[in-house]
Amino acid sequence: MGEAIVITSGKGGVGKTTTTANVGTSLALLGKKVCLIDTDIGLRNLDVVLGLENRIVYDIVDVVQKRCKINQALVRDKRFDCLHLLPASQTSDKSAITPKSMVEIIKELKGDYDYILVDCPAGIEQGYKNAIAGADKAVVVTTPEKSSVRDADRIIGLLEKEEHIEAPRLIINRIRTHMVKTGDMLDVNEIVSILAIDLLGIVADDDEVIKASHHGEPVAFQPNTKASISYRNIARRILGESVPLMSLEDEKGMFTKVKKFFGIRS
Amino acid sequence: MKNKNQAVTIKGTKNGLTFNINEKSSYSDIIKELKEKLSTTVVESDHPMVKVNIHVGNRYLTPEMREEISEIIRNKQNFIIQEIVSNVIQKKEAEEFYKSLEVTTLTSIIRSGQVMHVNGDVLLIGDVNPGGKISATGNIYILGRLNGIAHAGYDGNRDAIVAASYMNPTQLRISDLFSRSPDYETEGISMEYAYIDEESETILIDRLHKISKIRPNIGTFERRIMNG
Repeated sequence: MGEAIVITSGKGGVGKTTTTANVGTSLALLGKKVCLIDTDIGLRNLDVVLGLENRIVYDIVDVVQKRCKINQALVRDKRFDCLHLLPASQTSDKSAITPKSMVEIIKELKGDYDYILVDCPAGIEQGYKNAIAGADKAVVVTTPEKSSVRDADRIIGLLEKEEHIEAPRLIINRIRTHMVKTGDMLDVNEIVSILAIDLLGIVADDDEVIKASHHGEPVAFQPNTKASISYRNIARRILGESVPLMSLEDEKGMFTKVKKFFGIRS
Repeated sequence: MKNKNQAVTIKGTKNGLTFNINEKSSYSDIIKELKEKLSTTVVESDHPMVKVNIHVGNRYLTPEMREEISEIIRNKQNFIIQEIVSNVIQKKEAEEFYKSLEVTTLTSIIRSGQVMHVNGDVLLIGDVNPGGKISATGNIYILGRLNGIAHAGYDGNRDAIVAASYMNPTQLRISDLFSRSPDYETEGISMEYAYIDEESETILIDRLHKISKIRPNIGTFERRIMNG
């Protein structure tokens, strides 16, 4: 039996969809069978980020309304076999599915997959309720901005009331090291102390992520950008490995590296 | 022995008049006798105000009965009712009173959008995050960080305080008064409490160790009896 993890944030634009795509890809790279579910009905994006838009025939609303079998709606990733996507519908709205139907879909998928990642829409209304309905675990994504942390706090409060979901874990996305240093952005410790939940990972604000989404190739495929390493570390932590947090310090020039090698402090 | 059967006996004391109401008499007798007695009492109009205390013994008076008796006495010029004393209160009132004496302990984080209300005093072991709110009819003690809103003395108790291990609230409310954080960014301060300063009618914040001077009776039974 697989486990279902909902990826949520409350606020929009913090990187839920990007996180879902990349964590899903990383888990698949580690050899797990992964199914991604896009529940942002009416505003679907996950297929675009994964570059699978042109392969969609049926969607989740078709499954709920019994127009097709669940296997017909699943889109196989173009890069490897063990990553599948259940796309959202672009023509209906959030009321087209119910929490009960989500529970049934996830229950059916759990038999075939190790991990089911549910991409939650922004907000705390119907779409959110659908997305969390079948989940066993939750990951809350936030950026180091006050408004985003405030919404994450709200979401955590709501998730803690759901008895079927384990204590949520946190991903801090889009950290800009230089702004944290100058005190213009919250730092990781501050955010963790406000939200008081376990930290699953931190991801730097990296242009590569935007580039990768633009080309429909999740950044997690790239061998050694900061963001791809972060996402793969998150995947390993989900599997239960203990991986230390990577340093987000900007790489220094050759000269400082040489100085460091000789033990000279700058 | 005629005195024993009287429904209302009036005694003069140095604090004014005390009306003792016989707990065995019927309510209608009391009203009748009260009216009679007061009509025969003559008070000169330039006489100073007389304070009246009413003792009803083991009789329960409904709010309507209290009002009727008060009305009769108030109709007599120069009489002011100071207190109506009864040995009896309703079970519900007693329970509420007992609750207001308790300190409720909560162990949770009050997150953005969450509201926690408690009757009586509250001890919160945990933080109040920005956007969260805690309120109590009594005092609020927070063993954690107060980053949100706290409202003590919800029902109007102006002696209530808000104490926190780390004080950095967005808003503080005590009874009907309100104060907010300054518009510039502030670091919170450890071990502080907020109270109403009676002179300036504002909420002030001070170091926690000074609490014994400003609210010496905090948490003691006497203080609550007085408020109750």
